[in-house]
Amino acid sequence: MNLQDIALGRLDWNALPILKAIENPTASELIGGGAAGVVIVGGLAVVILITWCGWWRPLWKDWLTSVDHKRIGIMYIVLSMIMLTRGVIEGALMRTQQAFGLDGGFLAPDHFAELFSTHGTIMIFFVAMPFVSGFINYIMPLQIGARDMSFPVMNQISLGLTAAGAALIMISLVIGQFSTGGWTAYPPYTGKVFNPGVGPDYWIWSVGIAGIGSTLSGINFAVTIYKERAPGMTLFRMPLFTWTVLCAAIILIFAMPPLTVATLMLAADRYLDFHFFTNDLGGNMMNYANLFWLFGHPEVYLLVLPAYGIFSEVIATFSGKRLYGYASLVYASLAISILSFTVWLHHFFTMGQGANVNIAFGIATMFIAVPTGVKVYDWMATMFRGRIRFSVPMLYATGFLILFVIGGLTGVILANPTIDYQVHNSVFLVAHFHNVLIPGVLFGLLAGYHYWFPKAFGFRLHEGWGFVAATLWIVGFAVTFFPLYVLGIMGLPRRSFSYQEAAFDPFTLVAMCGAGLILSALATLVIQLWVSVRGRDSLRVPVGDPWNGRTLEWATSSPPPEYNFAVLPQVTTRDEFAMSKANGTAFPTPDRFADITMPRNTALGMIMCIGGTLFGFALVWHIWWLALVALVTMLGSWVAGTFRTDRHRTIPAAQVAATHVAWLEQVATATPTTRDSEASSRNTGRAALDLPEISA
Amino acid sequence: MQHPPDFKKERRAYLVGFVIALGLTLLPFWAVAAPWASRSLIIWAIAVCAVIQILAQFRYFLHINLSRQKREDLQLILFATLIVIIMMAGTIWIMANLAMRMM
Amino acid sequence: MTAQTSSHPGMNLGDHHGEAHRTAETLVFGFWVFLMSDLIIFGLMFATYVTMLNPMGMAGGPGPKDLFDLNSAFIQTMLLLTSSFTFGMASLALRHEQGKGPLILWLIVTLCLGLAFLGFELSDFSKMLAAGATPARSGFLSAFFGLVPLHGLHVTAGLIWLIIMLIQIGTLGLVSPVKTRLLRLGLFWHFLDIIWIGIFSVVYLWGLA
Repeated sequence: MNLQDIALGRLDWNALPILKAIENPTASELIGGGAAGVVIVGGLAVVILITWCGWWRPLWKDWLTSVDHKRIGIMYIVLSMIMLTRGVIEGALMRTQQAFGLDGGFLAPDHFAELFSTHGTIMIFFVAMPFVSGFINYIMPLQIGARDMSFPVMNQISLGLTAAGAALIMISLVIGQFSTGGWTAYPPYTGKVFNPGVGPDYWIWSVGIAGIGSTLSGINFAVTIYKERAPGMTLFRMPLFTWTVLCAAIILIFAMPPLTVATLMLAADRYLDFHFFTNDLGGNMMNYANLFWLFGHPEVYLLVLPAYGIFSEVIATFSGKRLYGYASLVYASLAISILSFTVWLHHFFTMGQGANVNIAFGIATMFIAVPTGVKVYDWMATMFRGRIRFSVPMLYATGFLILFVIGGLTGVILANPTIDYQVHNSVFLVAHFHNVLIPGVLFGLLAGYHYWFPKAFGFRLHEGWGFVAATLWIVGFAVTFFPLYVLGIMGLPRRSFSYQEAAFDPFTLVAMCGAGLILSALATLVIQLWVSVRGRDSLRVPVGDPWNGRTLEWATSSPPPEYNFAVLPQVTTRDEFAMSKANGTAFPTPDRFADITMPRNTALGMIMCIGGTLFGFALVWHIWWLALVALVTMLGSWVAGTFRTDRHRTIPAAQVAATHVAWLEQVATATPTTRDSEASSRNTGRAALDLPEISA
Repeated sequence: MQHPPDFKKERRAYLVGFVIALGLTLLPFWAVAAPWASRSLIIWAIAVCAVIQILAQFRYFLHINLSRQKREDLQLILFATLIVIIMMAGTIWIMANLAMRMM
Repeated sequence: MTAQTSSHPGMNLGDHHGEAHRTAETLVFGFWVFLMSDLIIFGLMFATYVTMLNPMGMAGGPGPKDLFDLNSAFIQTMLLLTSSFTFGMASLALRHEQGKGPLILWLIVTLCLGLAFLGFELSDFSKMLAAGATPARSGFLSAFFGLVPLHGLHVTAGLIWLIIMLIQIGTLGLVSPVKTRLLRLGLFWHFLDIIWIGIFSVVYLWGLA
């Protein structure tokens, strides 16, 4: 073994796709090299911009080392937005390839395989999960009247590890290549014998490292909800979003370990010559499918439950009504989170087990549709006889209710093993899960983005562009994915880069046009953000309650102070803030203020992020010394942190009082806004009580 | 400042737990070292001893009991047990079924 | 244990510990949630082991009866069980404020027992590896080396943690973070003994019965 092998492992110049594109300029290689170029140029542009504006210091001090749950939440969402851009472009590229896929297309088969692998991995692990985590981080502590998470530093570490996983996927675009084994990475296809390259290793470490971060997040969310609720906030007074967060946290705690087990076993097979999933010597690759879906199925409910929570808040607020059937929504969420652990086999009905096993899981799968059905009726009943304002979040909610029911119905169809045998691994399945994930999860998240943006930044997003974006998302989704149902029944297998059946062509072309609409929806979101930031002076809502909100996050300023509430609220009822506005007891002036103790900033999360990235990268390329250094640094700095004794700082009561009194002044002088002028610049964030409080 | 009662009583509880655990360890080891019954019976004995010892350690070392607990702790443990049983039993059932059908 | 209400599972410090007892509620509950998450990992390793425990998984290689040594398993079991008890004594010394002396003494006894356990376990592993029973030999051996050393790794982490706690008792004194960390280490240590009950029952006793 020579020095270069020790120092750099199996890394060499051939790993750069840009060089390959220069050597062999086919369309496929040029796209790969171009993407790598975009990552490099984009990264450099960000660095130059930050240096030019002198933002390094504030970036480090106020953001990267902050343990404030609100800042961490925003960073999660920024991360997921960046990854969303890449994921959507990849999806559109795949639709384009299939549109031209009759007897060929322009992408090499391996490049197409890389695209569907990164697209799936990114969309699940680095878009949906961080987006959901971002909202949970920002909103949940505000909704329960807490100052921060139970474990603020661990919260920062979770973000660091998630970002490390995302960084590894971005690096795989520039150095080497990603897995071609799909987001599920089934062995033996991803095993060492079949694929000795770096691709599956990138998958293992990016998902594995981010997965540990997610487990820690789950623990943090659950403990925060159990232990940090404001006085009087009993479990059954919690806002529904917080309830769904609790259910999602339970899933994170118990469903991430199977993923950790599956990825580490696969790693042991690839690195240490184990035989968990190999073809020979007693390995059993079917156990991988089993372990992976023990995680994978609860995972989708972990994503969709918080989205249900967001829709519950949005629909209640914009209907001006108390949520209908609160208790049934709570019990439905709990039922879903438990049932989600009993259905994993429906992802591999065709693996070869007997009919008895299949039907047991088929029945369980059909059961899980029941609580979701309950929820849909609850949401409709909430709107019934409400004073509905058709705002952007409501547009997403409407799209969700209609489209999601279709997605759910196709799920019930797939739950029947006999039908599943027909459409298994066809694009019917692709249509189904996009039909639940886009209208279910993504629309929920975008509704939440629109709904809570003024809370986080103090100004609303532009409504007009929001309407355009929402319409484009809804129409674009339908045009892209409804043809895939037909294609699936016609027999197009999923993940096909090419096909020989001319009858597929019209449908793949329509789907490509839909992907174009989705791309423009994404572009519209960027335009909306740009327009809103430029015109923020006319969109400001400093009082903090632009939508006549019902729950505690609206009872503080926008953006809220670091400590959230000057004095922790006393909760007496469900929809506490709506009730206190109706009773005239909102915005009370506290008798006295106390010092507030908050955790100090720490660099631990950044150390974990950089260390985790280097650790994963070193393992992918077999640079053993670097892996060891990174691991020891991560663990060592964690231990060193426990020797610190100055981990808190105190904000003096006088400062809290000054900030709070100034805000109360703003509240008192602001002109209350009626619901009709909610979308105009007259909205100051102080809601006029022009609607009677209608209880359920 | 209220002092916790009775150090000796608490130490006795640990000793009781230790003795129970010791007995429930010695019994199955002895059964395997010097088989006194059929193999299947011994395997059942091993399983029963293990379950009782786990419960005993929860009771005496981890101080989990049915009274005086905040309910959420017990709920957490019972829920984790439920999930781990679903996952383990499901895995073994599915894999055994697959193995049987491949014979 | 006592007439005092317990605010979290496991050994409670008691109200006379003031701040440490109050902060322990959240910290210990959070740690307990982590342990339950870890339990899932062990549960799946057990399940995988059981699915590999057949001629197909052994792939013509050695099986439990060719590999395991009942005496060594018994010694390891005794060492770990006793260490669990001695950690309980350390927790009592902490709770009843008997000073640093007894606490450190019991912790060092626990440390020695844990090290002895690891020593026996590693010697077992090295004998197996020397006899060609490596994880590369069969799926069954992979599952064994996935499960039992994973527990050993947890024990190693626990011992490192214990050493760090001994250092912190020395440098920081018995301040509230040190106390709550000792509570959590105690939970971790007892939890590992409970996992070991599963290992000696399923892997060693069932395998040799």
